[in-house]
Amino acid sequence: MINIKVVYILWLREMKRFFRAKSRVIGTLGMPLFFLAFLGFGFRGMPIPGLAEGVGYIEFLVPGIIGMSMLFSSMFAGISVLWDREFGFLKEIMVAPVSRVSIVIGRIAGGIMTSLFQAILILSISILMGFKITGISSLLWAVVFLILISATFIGLGLIFASRMRDIHGFSLIMNFIIFPLFFLSGAVFPFDNLPGWVRGLSYIDPLTYGVDGLRGALIGISSFPLIYNFTILVISSVAMVLLGTYFFEKSEYV
Amino acid sequence: MFYFRCVIGNQLSAANIECDLLMCIIKVKNLSRHFDGFVAVDNISFTVKKGEIFGLLGPNGAGKTTTINMLSTLLKITSGHAEVAGFDISKNKDNVRRNIGMVFQEPALDNKLTGRENLDFHAMMYGIDTVTRKARIREIFDLVELTDKADVLVENYSGGMKRRLEIGRGLIHRPRLLFLDEPTLGLDAQTRRHIWEYIKKLNKENGISIILTTHYMEEADYLCDRVAIIDHGKIVVMDSPKKLKDILGGDVVSLETDENPEKFISLLKELEWIKTIKKHDGFLDLTMDNGEKKIPELFNIAQSVRTKISSISLHKPSLEDVFLHFTGKTILEQEASQGEKNKKLMMRRMGR
Repeated sequence: MINIKVVYILWLREMKRFFRAKSRVIGTLGMPLFFLAFLGFGFRGMPIPGLAEGVGYIEFLVPGIIGMSMLFSSMFAGISVLWDREFGFLKEIMVAPVSRVSIVIGRIAGGIMTSLFQAILILSISILMGFKITGISSLLWAVVFLILISATFIGLGLIFASRMRDIHGFSLIMNFIIFPLFFLSGAVFPFDNLPGWVRGLSYIDPLTYGVDGLRGALIGISSFPLIYNFTILVISSVAMVLLGTYFFEKSEYV
Repeated sequence: MFYFRCVIGNQLSAANIECDLLMCIIKVKNLSRHFDGFVAVDNISFTVKKGEIFGLLGPNGAGKTTTINMLSTLLKITSGHAEVAGFDISKNKDNVRRNIGMVFQEPALDNKLTGRENLDFHAMMYGIDTVTRKARIREIFDLVELTDKADVLVENYSGGMKRRLEIGRGLIHRPRLLFLDEPTLGLDAQTRRHIWEYIKKLNKENGISIILTTHYMEEADYLCDRVAIIDHGKIVVMDSPKKLKDILGGDVVSLETDENPEKFISLLKELEWIKTIKKHDGFLDLTMDNGEKKIPELFNIAQSVRTKISSISLHKPSLEDVFLHFTGKTILEQEASQGEKNKKLMMRRMGR
């Protein structure tokens, strides 16, 4: 069913495209870095209610911003199916005698890799800014969470892509899906500060568990136990990938 | 890696499918496709023989591309039945895909990859092993004369180069059938000529069956063994270009003569090779075969009865005339009215 060669060539294409588009690499890094720098320095030393004892705002913010960068780049990777459609290349992919699942897995593999690359760049810059990680095992845990976050949102992106005719709806999704998901997740402030019913939405946002998991892994402090976050993200990523595949298979791309 | 299916579905063994499985590469029976509220392809049936160049000729919006997209498994069918290379297009998609090469109407290349990388991508999608892949890609670049541009990003290719690369790409996996959707759309005359020769060569030397769509009459005439004229989603008429033109009764020779050519006409009436004679405002329209060879003879006859011919013109029927004959419109008029319809449809969609 899943053809490794096909997954590999789709992944390879994604890598080549990503690293050839220097402006894309720099462009996608811009927003998370500005958020990190301006929020981080702007709120530095300010008393923020709900922050755990002994955690500075920068420590709190870095995993949040990494989660945000994963959300943005993964959603984008899913929706970028529409760009391939716009430029005709999707037809070339779809007419090949390979299972549709392999095509989706290939795209997800490529998307995870590029998102992961960006997340690690941001983490490296944070470390230069004074962020401390506890050790190699915490880094490995963080990578696991990054992969799960990415798979979840690429799946979601694929679902949106299959429901859209062209890329003009992208700004709508940006403003009404991606930004709410980001703010609800508690990436930049503890989501406990949100009013009751909004907090309810936070609990169904997969990114909440992603960001919390990243915090647990990187700074050792989290709202939920690590294994709890992990389990929810495994479920959400499997569900989203399956749904994304289903919708991708169902829609027509010519 | 192909095999024949021995059992043909009942619906296909019906008498009106005139060619059997071993002879046919495509069989289409009552195929339709509806898009919400509008019928793009309306109950068409045809067959394409092995080794044939078959053309779908018609104005933009007639349903040619929709037909091709259904046959290549990219679009689902609304109703009907079709087999490509012996496989059902709805039930056996991967086997259909394995046996066809596809060249799309709009470029379907990755501009951010080089020509070689595009071909590499394709070959790997079709499961061709590394050694064969390298050899074939070299071969293809020679064939489409792009060897010196192989490692240039495709975004720097010209339109004609992209087209050649795409046709080459469609051949890497050695398909038995090649789909060409408007292969020369938007190309200059010289490149068009080049691609025509190339398509003919592929068909002759490699025995690849080809189905192409076009709205260029001369392209269909020059390339195709058989042509189906398609309009409003329906096949209007289907035959070889020559036979289609013969329906119109041969060449038309128009003579401008002096006032009273009665004697001349009576002589002409005795000639067997003149099929019809029509007289209208000082002109005589004669239909015949090989008009250009008969013109000197007409002059001799006219001279013998002292009828003066002041002008003469020869019109060879084209597929354009065939289209006009069967649809009552030229292909350009048809496109204009189709364009209006599409515009209205677009407005309706946008207003939603």
